[in-house]
Amino acid sequence: MLMHLPVLVVLAPLLGAPVVALMRGSTWPWVLSTLLSWFSLLCAVLLLVQVQSQGLVIYTMGGWEAPWGIEYRIDFANALLLVLITGLASVVLPYARLSVEQEVGTERAPMFYAALLLLTLGLCGITATGDAFNIFVFLEISSLATYTLIAMGRDRRALTASFSYLIMGTIGATFYLIGIGFLYVMTGTLNLADLAGRLPAINESSTVRTAFAFIVTGICLKLALFPLHLWLPNAYTYSPSAVTALLGATATKVAVYVLVRFVFTVFGIDFSFGMEPLAEVLIPLAVIGLLSASTVSITQPNIKRMLAYSSVAQIGYIVLGIAMGTAMGLTAALLHVFNHGLIKGALFMVLGAVMYRMGGTSLSDMQGLAKTMPLTFWAFVIGGLSLIGVPLTVGFVSKWHLILAAIELGWWPIVIAILVGSMLAVVYVGRVIEAGFFGEAKDPTRREAPAGLLIPVWILIFANIYFGIDTRLTVDIAEAAAAQLMAGGIVR
Amino acid sequence: MFPPALIMIVGAMLIPVAPVRLRPALLILTPLLTLLMIWNLGDGLLLTAPFLNYEIALVETSDVRRLFATIFALMAMVSGLYMFRHARVVEMSASLAYAAGAVGVSFAGDLLSLYLFWEFMVLFSIIVVWSGGTEQARGAGIRYAIMLLIGGIILKIGIEGVYAQTGSHDIQALALDSVATWMLLVGVLIHAAAPPVSAWLADANPSASPTGSVILSAFTTKTAVLALIMLFPGQQVLVWIGMYMIVYGIIYALLENDIRRMLAYAIVNQVGFMVVGVGIGTELAINGVVAFAFAHIIFQALLLMSAGVVVIQTGKRNLRDLGGLYRSMPVTAICGTIGALAMSAFPLTSGFVSGVMITESAASGEPAWPRYGLLAGMAGVFLFVGLKFAWLVFFGKDEGLQAKDPAWNMQAAMIIFAAACVLLGISPGLWYQFLPYEVPYASYTVSHLLTQLVMLLLAGAVFFVCMSWLRRLSIRVIDTDFIYRRAGVQMWRSFVRLLVILSGVLHTRVLDPGKRLPQLWIRYHGPEGPLARTWPTGSMLLWVAVMLVVILIGARLL
Repeated sequence: MLMHLPVLVVLAPLLGAPVVALMRGSTWPWVLSTLLSWFSLLCAVLLLVQVQSQGLVIYTMGGWEAPWGIEYRIDFANALLLVLITGLASVVLPYARLSVEQEVGTERAPMFYAALLLLTLGLCGITATGDAFNIFVFLEISSLATYTLIAMGRDRRALTASFSYLIMGTIGATFYLIGIGFLYVMTGTLNLADLAGRLPAINESSTVRTAFAFIVTGICLKLALFPLHLWLPNAYTYSPSAVTALLGATATKVAVYVLVRFVFTVFGIDFSFGMEPLAEVLIPLAVIGLLSASTVSITQPNIKRMLAYSSVAQIGYIVLGIAMGTAMGLTAALLHVFNHGLIKGALFMVLGAVMYRMGGTSLSDMQGLAKTMPLTFWAFVIGGLSLIGVPLTVGFVSKWHLILAAIELGWWPIVIAILVGSMLAVVYVGRVIEAGFFGEAKDPTRREAPAGLLIPVWILIFANIYFGIDTRLTVDIAEAAAAQLMAGGIVR
Repeated sequence: MFPPALIMIVGAMLIPVAPVRLRPALLILTPLLTLLMIWNLGDGLLLTAPFLNYEIALVETSDVRRLFATIFALMAMVSGLYMFRHARVVEMSASLAYAAGAVGVSFAGDLLSLYLFWEFMVLFSIIVVWSGGTEQARGAGIRYAIMLLIGGIILKIGIEGVYAQTGSHDIQALALDSVATWMLLVGVLIHAAAPPVSAWLADANPSASPTGSVILSAFTTKTAVLALIMLFPGQQVLVWIGMYMIVYGIIYALLENDIRRMLAYAIVNQVGFMVVGVGIGTELAINGVVAFAFAHIIFQALLLMSAGVVVIQTGKRNLRDLGGLYRSMPVTAICGTIGALAMSAFPLTSGFVSGVMITESAASGEPAWPRYGLLAGMAGVFLFVGLKFAWLVFFGKDEGLQAKDPAWNMQAAMIIFAAACVLLGISPGLWYQFLPYEVPYASYTVSHLLTQLVMLLLAGAVFFVCMSWLRRLSIRVIDTDFIYRRAGVQMWRSFVRLLVILSGVLHTRVLDPGKRLPQLWIRYHGPEGPLARTWPTGSMLLWVAVMLVVILIGARLL
């Protein structure tokens, strides 16, 4: 079984989804999908252990050797991502039951869980596969699942949010596909490692360079890089709480992974940074994005929306790390991919608990929370501190590396931009904490959120602190992944 | 093996969940356990842990570190005794965690672990301020948080810069030869309440609860002094900064009428003496600073305890409403007076045997002027704390206030610290042996006694001449915090507003050119906005195209 791990991660939700869709009621679909997500997590963790001992795990689908067949290639970068995706799914699914009963309803619950499994499957597939066209297929699977899930939100604006994301997502995927098409025409292969081997010889050609532009633009749309982020705030705000938690923690991160994979592995650093204006385009966008989105966060009355804009800002930090083009910057970016997944997953789940009790997530719903829902409130405080980057939380670990990477390059203006971004985060997190601590509760009789919501929330909060203190796992893997990527990644 | 701070951290975590009766025990016994552990630690680097990709030194001991950790744990214990019947659960728990952070900083063996414990400490001190629970505490807590978080960020960049340049996180005397070390210094000085941000201390400390003020007086500024001792001994610039703090503290304390706020200014003044001592940097001076910090934490806490008792028992905090309390609350009056005498460096108190060491170290150094500054400073201290505070509150004109001495635990806490002030003062040999350097020094020489007594007499004469003026004095004091409370907040607001406008323009004019009016941006972002009309699909598409073209053309230009 151990040699089939790469495919098992993906296969478990794939086989489970139709079964779940055929079930009735809300309990059994929930039980089955939760168990499947835990199984996936187990596989992902074992896979990571395997990668740690071997460095690279290759799985050929159906025994067909690449480049004829499809192969899965797992190195440190995607092993880490797989753990993040399946880990978040394993926490969000147990959490989803109460939240879904209230926000989606029992009737549509089987479809909901099936779509959630498909989303997980799609994200895992994109991450695990070593084939460029396969990435597109999984991208479509995850996107279609996402459109469905967003549309299940209680607010009617969820429909327009979903439709808007559908159009933008499709354009992004199409751009990606066009780029892949160009590359196929030029090289005759779709295997990532194979592409990486053949491209250097022909990278002067304008077809390859056009392919690069299409692929980068398409992926930047999916990862919500400023100014291509406009689909994100509405999509996050109007989705059901559980969906926002999973999307916010993993979806854009997977797109980041695809960007990293293409920039560093397929096209290579020399091409991406030397011959293409990647740094020149990404750095200004990342910096403007992180400052602008953080500022917009401050003015948001709806906390869910505030966190959505904050996600756009965090993408700015991540892209900044990538655009530095150094091992240190890439380490910081990968760390923040993982750490921000933990932070935003936790925070959106806290908001789901607030939604469950208060019926909304506006600032007025958060008032006086310290007294009425202390466990929920302190979870938000710790998650918020992590978002700001206070020591002993995961947020500190990634910002530390990002600043170190910027200092290493002598980019002091970037250091200042990161600092201003942190200060803005202090403001937008601080005003929620202040309202919770000093505000008058709207309804003092409201009770603490049920344990079914609180336990998953606190598991993630605990992870925020644990990985903030014991950084051996995350930092070592991120460094190993960055080293691998700088050296060409999945190509041996 | 584990960091000594962990004991108190566990205690702090247990307090909210423990049964009510066990809470005082946790509050008082965990610092005691810490104290025992501190004195059973060996020397040198004892514990490292992997963090990020470094091996950080969590516990490293030395004489200075051990002395600071001792006083921090002792302070936590006695103030726990003082506060446990009065404070809220949050305040108790946060106080203990705050003290634990300070103990952690004392033993931190490198810059990174120092920073970790440091921020831990600051975080919980913010909660202590907020636990005051009043509207004033809310505002002051936010200002305090912003000031110290900025200090923390500067400190962090300094540490990262030092690491990037030297490849080492070691705590050692640094030269002020690069941006990074300057940032490190500035970050530490902000926490020491150095100019121009001294005002945060007098803003935050009295806004906390009376018990919170006691806690807040001890840790933040003194850990900063410890960091200065270890990182920047002998930096000339510190003499100037410290001297400014001494003068600043005296002037504002003399002008202030709120007793707790006045004592908060006293902290700035006292830390000023220590900063000057670090700036002088000789072995005698460092010995003096360490001894003075040790003594200072005790008498400063004692003074704030007595002031807290006065505020709690009488409900009054203004000097003009207080007086003659020695009749109704003799224990508080005696303890408060001992504290005041100790701070004024009266012979036979701990302030004398430690404070004079700093002035003496200045005597042998070059240039000579700091010595006279320090002497004058000591006289000034006697003026505001010995005479203005102790005399006017406990003696002086009887205002006929009906108040009693406080509950037994508060009395016990004050008596313990008052006894410590006297004991350390009459037998300096007892604790001189623990000081970091072996420098022959005798406290009770004729010249020391004479100089000090002359100074005190002069100050006394000045006071009784000006007493009625000092008592009636009521002018609105404008402190430097005025600048950052008004101008700073204004600047920050304008900055944010500018960013908001810029992003507004960006989102309407640039990103979504279909709309023309900037106000629409707000409506669009508002939850009730006409979202259906403003779904930005079209304009996003435009941006996709722009980005594509930029990459395509950019590639040609490269």
